[in-house]
Amino acid sequence: MPETSSSPEITPEVVRHLSELAKIQLGEDEITLLTADLGQIVSNIAKVSEVATPDIPATSHPIPLQNVFRPDVVGDNVLTAEQALSGAPEQFEGRFVVSAILGEEQ
Amino acid sequence: MAKAKLMDFDKALELYEPVLGFEVHVELNTETKMFSAAPNNFGAAPNTNLTPVCLGLPGSLPVVNEQAVRYSISLGLALGCSIAESSRFARKNYFYPDMAKNYQISQYDEPIAYEGEVEIELASGRVIHVPIERAHMEEDAGKLTHMGGSTGRIQGAEYSMVDYNRAGVPLVEIVTKPIVGTNEDAPEVGRQYVSIIRDMVIDLGISDAKMERGNLRCDANISLRPRGQEKLGTRTETKNVNSLRSVERAVRYEIQRQAYILSNGGSITQETRHWHEDTGETSAGRPKSDADDYRYFPEPDLLPVQPTAQLIEELRAQLPEAPTLRYRRLKGEWGFTDLEFQDIQNSGLLTEVSATVAAGASPQAARKWWTGEIARVANVQGVEATSLVSAENVAALAALVDAGTLTDKLARQVLEGVIAGEGTPQQVVDARGLAVVSDDGALIIAIDEALAAQPDVLEKIRDGKVQAAGAVIGAVMKAMRGQADAARVRELVLERAQA
Repeated sequence: MPETSSSPEITPEVVRHLSELAKIQLGEDEITLLTADLGQIVSNIAKVSEVATPDIPATSHPIPLQNVFRPDVVGDNVLTAEQALSGAPEQFEGRFVVSAILGEEQ
Repeated sequence: MAKAKLMDFDKALELYEPVLGFEVHVELNTETKMFSAAPNNFGAAPNTNLTPVCLGLPGSLPVVNEQAVRYSISLGLALGCSIAESSRFARKNYFYPDMAKNYQISQYDEPIAYEGEVEIELASGRVIHVPIERAHMEEDAGKLTHMGGSTGRIQGAEYSMVDYNRAGVPLVEIVTKPIVGTNEDAPEVGRQYVSIIRDMVIDLGISDAKMERGNLRCDANISLRPRGQEKLGTRTETKNVNSLRSVERAVRYEIQRQAYILSNGGSITQETRHWHEDTGETSAGRPKSDADDYRYFPEPDLLPVQPTAQLIEELRAQLPEAPTLRYRRLKGEWGFTDLEFQDIQNSGLLTEVSATVAAGASPQAARKWWTGEIARVANVQGVEATSLVSAENVAALAALVDAGTLTDKLARQVLEGVIAGEGTPQQVVDARGLAVVSDDGALIIAIDEALAAQPDVLEKIRDGKVQAAGAVIGAVMKAMRGQADAARVRELVLERAQA
């Protein structure tokens, strides 16, 4: 379920956690730098909350459009297996080969 | 892996109250995927059902499948849910190669359907209302095959092979609220709930619902709390519970396993557990960790879904009868006793029996085949009865028995052939030459041969010892390799004696 999204204070721990989630290795100096940068960005965006009262719905799209659908018909852009695999660093018997990450199914 | 210690089921229930929760994933049987015009069909060659969207190639953009939205609304309505006026998609971010784009498009805080209730009726007649939290739209992930160790192609290395055909297949995930008060019925509630969802989506025509193919998948959340305690205990989430029987077994197993740990002063780890069909046990998977922070955010590539009231009412008007109501009606129409009907419900085969009756079989014949021979074979093979044979073929088999083409015994052999993939019952009858010999000429020749071997029989019959015919009937049936109607043989033998 949704967590409350009140803007959290950006600490070095938060940056470290984010870097782990994003699988980006950061040095201590980078963490220090990013903590300040991210903190600045978050506090700038937090200014929105000064004008956005609770009765204003959150916006996820700037253009008021909805219900853009596609009919349930197979398109003409279906790839062949060769095309699909053409960018794969490694393949075997029509499948993509990746290094094993066991037991981490989502 | 050491075998977990279990507490006796009845004793576990004396001490603790089980609280259940289910997440059921339903694959929709649309022609195309959720967000791309790639084909959605099972069994295609690996990586041939893909468009650039399925692979998350740069520049590709998802577009929502209208039919999938209609199906999701129908399912939401069938679950007794409210349909959201506005619903939107969200990205669930994670690193795992089952999705090429490193996120799954799902719904988070604005699901298409919310707050429903499903009525189920147990074999005992007890009625339970399962509270539904939400049903949301999402896309399925690709399929990984793990290869590894010394036998792998890459020597000594462990690796996985990915087929993205399933990536992007439309899914609806149905999430219950905690189900309390089920007590000793907990395992049956689990089974019956999933069975009802299966029947529901089949009736709606929105999913093939074949559990053995993964069209319908269930994760079972189970926790225990000491009797009298309000606060919910720590739960485990058992994944991969992919048959009705497994749902029942997994719930029972987790209750017994958790009760043993708790009663010995231990505590339950909040974790994913994997169900093993072969051993009937669960094993610890990944504990909940920091990596479970999926950083959901609104999917910027997709617009909100805002179904009109008109569409919702149109779909509501098309809803089939609710499964539990249908059960009650069918029981009356078919004229089954409580026990006979329970037999079908317990086996989870009502949909099949119903479809078999619809295909022309008598209710009794449909019941007899499904809960008898087919269930027996399924049990021996350790698979779902539904995966063995179609309702049409069972009805065809019953029709052959009714027409006198097959005896029950021959029909079981024909069924075996149908299950083995030899074709329809008629094709198996033709190919194996299994039909009852209904040609009196062939029977009379066999009778004459048998009488010649036992010359005293006719005289005995004429003396009034009709039971003497048994020896001749036996010999004829043997000569016909069982493919004769014993009653007809008897008639012919007696006619011979009168001659």
